Amino acid sequence: MPRTDPKPQSTPLNRRSFLIRTGLIGCSVAASPLMTPISFAAAPGENRLVVIILRGAMDGLDVVQPYGDPALAGLRRTLLAGEAAGASDLDGFFALHPALSGLMPLWQAGELGFAHAVSTPYRDKRSHFDGQDLLEAGTPGLGQVRDGWLNRMLQHLPGAEGRTAYALGHEDMLLLRGAAAVSNWTPEARLRLSPQAERLAGLVMHDDPLFNAALEEALLLSAGEEDVPDMAAAPMMGAAMSGRAEPMGGHLRLAGFAAEQLRGHSRIAAFSLGGWDTHQAQAAGLTRALGRLSETILALRDGLGPVWGQTAVLALTEFGRTARENGTRGTDHGTAGAMLMAGGAVRGGRVTVGAGPNAWPGLAESDLYQRRDLMPVRDVRAHAAWAMRGLFGLERAALEQAVFPGLDMGADPGLLR
Amino acid sequence: MVRFDPVLAEMRFGSGLSPVIAPPASAAQMLAHLQGPDHAADRFAVETFTQYRERVIRVQAAWKVRQTERGSEAATLARKSVNLEKKAARTERLRWLGQQILRRTWTEDALRERLVGFWADHFTAQGKAGMLRWSATPYVEESIRPHVTGRFEDLLVAATTGPLMLHYLDQYRSYGPNSRRAAQQGGADGLNENLAREVLELHTLGVGAPYDQEDVRALALLFTGLSYQPEKGFVFRKPLAEPGVHEVLGVSYGGAKARLQDIRAALRDLAAHPATARHIAQKLAVHFVADAPPPPLVAHLEARFIQTGGDLMQVTAALLEHPAAWEPDLRNVKPPFDYLSSIARALTVPQTRFDALKEGDMARMLRQPLQEMGQPWEAPPGPDGWPEADGHWITPQGLAARLRWAMTWPAMMVPDLPDPRAFVTLALGDRAPEPVRFAAMAAENRAEGVGLILASPAFQRR
Repeated sequence: MPRTDPKPQSTPLNRRSFLIRTGLIGCSVAASPLMTPISFAAAPGENRLVVIILRGAMDGLDVVQPYGDPALAGLRRTLLAGEAAGASDLDGFFALHPALSGLMPLWQAGELGFAHAVSTPYRDKRSHFDGQDLLEAGTPGLGQVRDGWLNRMLQHLPGAEGRTAYALGHEDMLLLRGAAAVSNWTPEARLRLSPQAERLAGLVMHDDPLFNAALEEALLLSAGEEDVPDMAAAPMMGAAMSGRAEPMGGHLRLAGFAAEQLRGHSRIAAFSLGGWDTHQAQAAGLTRALGRLSETILALRDGLGPVWGQTAVLALTEFGRTARENGTRGTDHGTAGAMLMAGGAVRGGRVTVGAGPNAWPGLAESDLYQRRDLMPVRDVRAHAAWAMRGLFGLERAALEQAVFPGLDMGADPGLLR
Repeated sequence: MVRFDPVLAEMRFGSGLSPVIAPPASAAQMLAHLQGPDHAADRFAVETFTQYRERVIRVQAAWKVRQTERGSEAATLARKSVNLEKKAARTERLRWLGQQILRRTWTEDALRERLVGFWADHFTAQGKAGMLRWSATPYVEESIRPHVTGRFEDLLVAATTGPLMLHYLDQYRSYGPNSRRAAQQGGADGLNENLAREVLELHTLGVGAPYDQEDVRALALLFTGLSYQPEKGFVFRKPLAEPGVHEVLGVSYGGAKARLQDIRAALRDLAAHPATARHIAQKLAVHFVADAPPPPLVAHLEARFIQTGGDLMQVTAALLEHPAAWEPDLRNVKPPFDYLSSIARALTVPQTRFDALKEGDMARMLRQPLQEMGQPWEAPPGPDGWPEADGHWITPQGLAARLRWAMTWPAMMVPDLPDPRAFVTLALGDRAPEPVRFAAMAAENRAEGVGLILASPAFQRR
């Protein structure tokens, strides 16, 4: 609609000049009560959810390695597993990829867990494009809805407003797209205008409420970000990020910004990490991608500080990879994979597989899906649904009908404390 | 009839003012341009899908060598040639992006580019895998562009049978339960409803129209057989086709033998349905006038669509003749591609500047700004295309990106930045608001002055 403003017409220019005069700009924006003129008395609880989409299909069998399965070694010639290959034993059956060893203190503290042999309902075609769409839409099939499951969850969350959920990064994430208002921001969007240009930009946009409100908020978010260290400049990141389209250290800035918002009035943040499509030389590629994931989770923990205890981080991927290593020291698109859960709200220290102790589907050829992929034993959406039920108290009916249409959540896997 | 406003015509129905190209003198002249030859397409050529298929065929042949002569030197060479083909297609796609900006920069027939943009979005298709990933521009060039001044039913048939659309909405291997393919597969369910659903919901009737899941399924059964081959382009594959009669919206199509002409008949009936006229009228008015367009304008477009049997030239004329389309207040926000193109037009960025760009430059100077402003090139969020709502684009993040690029992109694209005090009139004509004129004068330097003009709502709206 033209020239309408979703926000109340509360003289934002004056608010900004007040902030400048009082020196409030420059300190944490999220912590400033002036940031949310809208009532936040009905904020949806104190729990936090971070959803990370791992784009490109993470190899769950290499990340959480079932080295207790006798068939594993025969499937993978060069992709070695278990403690002998430097992995950290988790429970005598599974071992954690060496690139995640930095997260072992979280595992020991019960703040890191995994669900294995999980998948979305997507089968057989193994296209990243469709697989990611289905993961974010949360539906049994493609093309059934145009919004994402996290947005539909927000629509059932009392007290949710535009600042409750942040989609971070340049992409317009399907996961958070939909009728509920959400905020979008990426640390790279930071505006660094000369004082004169900033003043004149305010002048040329002043009479257009839509532009004026967006500019005000962009300037405030940019100012608040001065507090986040500019990780892009850290030289240690150079090697890990080489060859990536994202700016160096972008994941740390995303995590830093997410933590800052979640410490304030936000409760939900979602973003993506790429680099998981390891068809060739998986040992090197997966190490890089896991390194970024590990740093992201640790940055969230450090940034969230006191509210880490009320946080659950879910890292989901569109599908797993082939059980068998391919001819180029990598793996190809598969079916079931693994999901990572971290945070003080998580009941970690264990790898959940299906409903019971004997649910591991096995890696013998006859146990594999289509004799090539890890067999899914649980819908990954059920884990996400139980996490949201625990964090935000959503009714099971809403989760099974509206958030994830047609999902049977099954028994409570007890993911949260 | 309102007095014709040439400046508004360039802004609302074109890509903004150019300092060197005169705005149209009348609506009749705009329509005459549309009926004349497509000069912009000739001057700034891109590949058609037929031409692009040669690339797909080459890659397929190389793949065959890899498969049949595993481990040989020929297989190694074939693998290298596949990688080179992919790289070439990726680079070409960026070059075509530049060509499309140039078309908008230098055309006198500015409305044609806007109509192509509108219909390409209406019939959104993207490549999901393999070589098709970079073929969206060739699809639009072949299946959309030639039809935007023709009849809607021809456009609908061209888009629906376009190989990229058949790939994007999973039609190409959909088969009916009683098809020959199903018999070979032991009766497995091979029906895919995606294209049928989107044809009804997005391309013709619209989401609120009176059709139901039964119609979707019947149309999906009727569509079986629509497919493509790299060597031939579109093909009708009889082994996939479901025989029998399929009833869509109460009309029976087909018979014992599956035939392509029955599918065409169904598409032509859908194109002529009154709900389609209403849906298209609403979308056109939203796109060209305002997010909430005046109902009389929509009714006028709808009536012309019905009267003329979907003659798009006539429907476009109806848009230009209605007073509600000439409301002087600028309303809609330009989406990022339109915004960047209108900046190029205001600055008269020469073709030589684009020709000089290397692949990395094109990624940094063309693809990256669009991505940061929220419209990654040829990657709309779904088959429903890009959102129209102004609020979708003017977010804190989106506006910050527009401001940053408005201040930096001009200096990358032209050797000498114009004097902001003169540029404000070149870019905005007599419509420049006083605060923008002041900012142009008061800015610290040329880049900021030019950037502030380009970032002003007066330039970003149309």
